[in-house]
Parts: sequence; C-alpha cells; structure tokens
Amino acid sequence: MPMELSTFFQQLANAMSLGSLYALIAIGYTMVYGILRLINFAHGDVFMLGAYFAFYAITLLAMPWWIAFAVALGLTAVFGMGLERMAYRPLRDSPKISVMISAIGASFLIQNLGVVIFGGRPKSFPSIPLFDTVVRFGPVSVLSVSLFIPVVTLVSLIVLLYIVNQTKTGLAMRAVSTDLDAARLMAIDVNRTVSITFGIGSFLAALGGIMWTMKYPQLNPLMGVMPGLKCFIAAVIGGIGNIQGAVLGGFILGALEILIVAFLPELTGYRDAFAFVLLIVVLLVKPAGLLGKAQAVKV
Amino acid sequence: MLKIDNLSVHYGGIHALQGIGFEVPDGKIVTLIGANGAGKSTTLKAIIGLVAASSGSVSWNGEDLTGMMTKDIVKKGVVLVPEGRRVFPNLTVDENLSLGAFSRTDKPVVASDRDKVFSLFPRLKERMKQKAGTLSGGEQQMLAVGRALMTRPKLLMMDEPSLGLAPLIVKMIFDIVREINKEGTTVLLIEQNAKAALEVADRGYVLETGRITLTGTGKELLADDRVRSAYLGEAG
Repeated sequence: MPMELSTFFQQLANAMSLGSLYALIAIGYTMVYGILRLINFAHGDVFMLGAYFAFYAITLLAMPWWIAFAVALGLTAVFGMGLERMAYRPLRDSPKISVMISAIGASFLIQNLGVVIFGGRPKSFPSIPLFDTVVRFGPVSVLSVSLFIPVVTLVSLIVLLYIVNQTKTGLAMRAVSTDLDAARLMAIDVNRTVSITFGIGSFLAALGGIMWTMKYPQLNPLMGVMPGLKCFIAAVIGGIGNIQGAVLGGFILGALEILIVAFLPELTGYRDAFAFVLLIVVLLVKPAGLLGKAQAVKV
Repeated sequence: MLKIDNLSVHYGGIHALQGIGFEVPDGKIVTLIGANGAGKSTTLKAIIGLVAASSGSVSWNGEDLTGMMTKDIVKKGVVLVPEGRRVFPNLTVDENLSLGAFSRTDKPVVASDRDKVFSLFPRLKERMKQKAGTLSGGEQQMLAVGRALMTRPKLLMMDEPSLGLAPLIVKMIFDIVREINKEGTTVLLIEQNAKAALEVADRGYVLETGRITLTGTGKELLADDRVRSAYLGEAG
C-alpha cells in the first residue's frame, strides 16, 4: 500500500514534535551524567512535577498561562537543585552504586508523594487556545502546540550550547565534567557548578513536561516513568554526556516510534518496545553511542 | 610562610602521613624528596584540601587552612600543579589558561599574565587553539605550569613536574621554577628526581613512609651519604 504524501507529512510533523520532547528531556540526563557520571533516575519524575506545577498554577492559582509556565519552570529548576543537594551531594564521595540507589529511591519517593499529594486519578490539563487550535496545511492537520515544540526545543538548544561553550559558567561545567579535582584546583566552586547543571536540566525537563501535557493533555503522577526511561535511552543512543548526542538520540527515537507505527500499524502495541530494541542494537554496535567517544577506563 | 605541624592523613586503615612537620619560608624553594609511596603527594593534597587531614594543622601566613575548601585555599594564593599534569584534555590551551584565572576579576592584569605565560612558553602560544589532549607530555607540563601561573600564586606547589619528561624539558621546567621563584613566588617542590630538586632548593626534607627523616639545605642533602645512596643512586 503506497503511503499518501500527506500522511507522510502528517507523520513527519508528529515525529518532529515527539522527537523534540524526547530531546529536551534527554539533555537533562546527559548533562547530569556528563558532570557527575550519575544516571539521575528521578529525572522523569522531575518532568512530571513540571507539568503538575503548571497545572496547579493555572487551575488553583488562576494565573495566566505564561506566568504559570514561568513559575512552573522556576519551581522545577529549584526542585532539581534541591534534589541534588539532598539525595546526591551527601554521597558525592561514596561509591557510584550508592548514588544510583539514592537516585532510584528519589524517583520512587517523588512518584509516591505525587500520588499522595496530587491524587492518583489522572487530571486533564486546561485548554490554552494558543496551543490548542488545529492548524491545517491542506490535508495535513496538526495541533498548534506541535508547531511550537520544535521551535522551543531549537531555541533552548541554542541557548544551552551558548551557555556551555561561551560563558564562564559553561567553562566551569566542562572543567568539572572532565576532572573534578583539577576543577577544584582552579578555584571552581564545584557544588555551585553541579547545582547549576541540575537547575538547567530540570528547567528543560519542566519545559518538556509542560509541552507534553499540552500535546497529550492528561496528567498523572506516573506520567514521567516511560518518557523518563525512553529519554535515558535517547541519551545513551546519542552518546551519554554529549548534548548534541542527546538531541540526536531524542529525534531518532521519536521519529522511529512514530514512523514504525505509521508504516506497520499492526505493531502499535509494541510501540514502547522499539526504544529498548534500539538501545540493545546501539549498545551492541556502538557501545559509546552515536556521537560518544569510547573512553579508556583506568583500572 | 607555610607551616605544617604534626600533619596526619589516613586512607581507610592506611596511615599515609604520620605526623609530619616542616616550614616553607617566603621567597624560598623547598623540596620534599622520597621514594614512591612515602607520602609526598598526600602532603600536597592535604595542604590544598583535596584530602582531609586526620590531625595536625596547615597554616598559611598565620591562617589555619585545615578544613577549608580547596577553592578558598587556591584563592589565598596557594596553588598546586598536580601530579600527572591534569590539564583538561578536551579543552583548548587557551581555555585551560582561562581556567587558571577562573577566580580572578582583574581582567587587564589577567591578559598581561597570559602574555607573560606565552613569553615563558612560546610553544603554548603556537598551540593556543589546540585541544590540550593533543599536546606532547612536555607541552602539557608547560601548560600545567602556565595555568598555575595564571592563578597568580604566592606559593606554587609542584608534584613531580619532571615525571616522564625528556631531560631537555626537565631542565627547562627547573629553569622556569628558578625564574618564578626569583620573581618572588615561594615554591614547594616534590620530586623523585632528587638531584635536580636539591640543586634548585634552598631547603630539603626527606620523607620516608609517612615521616620526615632528614632535613638540611639543598647542598647539605646533596652531600649527605644517606641521601646519596638512597636517592641519588650512588654507592654510599
């Protein structure tokens, strides 16, 4: 069955917006890994919190959407910094496995606190006309938020790369991620640098979370689990520790998921499995990820 | 003046430093010599706060440094060129130098200090935009020293600057140590290359398994039979 061109564009639009969301979340994993060699398993839950913060700011506090979003982004960034402070910093000099267990614990804690505080029943995100209208290009129709998502992602990426590569804070981040002790010898405030990294990663997760709930307008306290896992995979596929790699991995994963379901609708039920299959293939063929460099580990 | 008093460091059950004491007077070059595992690197790491002292004290111009964070110690002008150089391989030569000046806010002076580093090590200027990881071992050592100079050290500590370098480069590094010292920087040097170190040093201390066993001026130690047989490879 030949696919209509319009269907192709329709799916392409879907793939672009899903890929962008994955990319935003994957950046948070990759930045934290880059700087601390830690997989922040609670990152998906931070993503969930971002969405809930925006939800409550709009519904409970009756804020206009743009103020609500700003508040949610700020709160989530602060939350991410607090998470590092409480769950990871005390274990900075402990074995990696302890920090990892702490991350898994933090993830469960946030999810279950979410159930207790927000309630387990899904909530629907309020409609915001600017993001909620259907835009038609001939036979292709997309939700306006799907057009905003890639733009927001691109702008975020440009700003982020500027911060990392052109600013003093970015230089400190790159130094800390290469050699913690040598960075200390440069009079760099390592704790502050790690905090900023968590702040930026959580900010981007919140941005992803808010746009995610506008695209799939339902919130529940476990909504971060699957995107969290997939974006971790996206970061690994791209080469964990590498920002451009995380973005590439996010887009590959998003595109693959949408296009395979479009081409082979009978496999729709296995949609979530593709990410894991892709992960296994990449790890077998290019263990350091697509843009990652193989690192010699000193034993 | 740097004053170390009864300094002890433990790594788990290992007693790496067993209550050592010594002084580094202002404007002098002091060297700590000793075999592998004697505790030389540990001493420097304890001074700069990278490892915690289990007892004893480190004071710098009368101020207690023990328990202070590394970044704050560095800001007081105590700077370490670490063992194995530890330049940032994925950053450019220029960025590495900028990191040396990370805590400084006096931009015009930083710029002139950078020029000074380039005049000491013209090779670094040629390779300014190159990643530090692509430099040769000798060039990386030059970068490590240049980066430390960008911090404007009052006390420059160097951990095995000659390790793994060609004799010509070693000579150059020691010449520069002498020159830095002449301009008023106090130097604390750690070396396995005891001969080279004692030749430049005003004072030397011999460290054996966590204890200081011998001290004297550089010349005295060079002439000492025990030093000659143990560290200079000469029959005693």
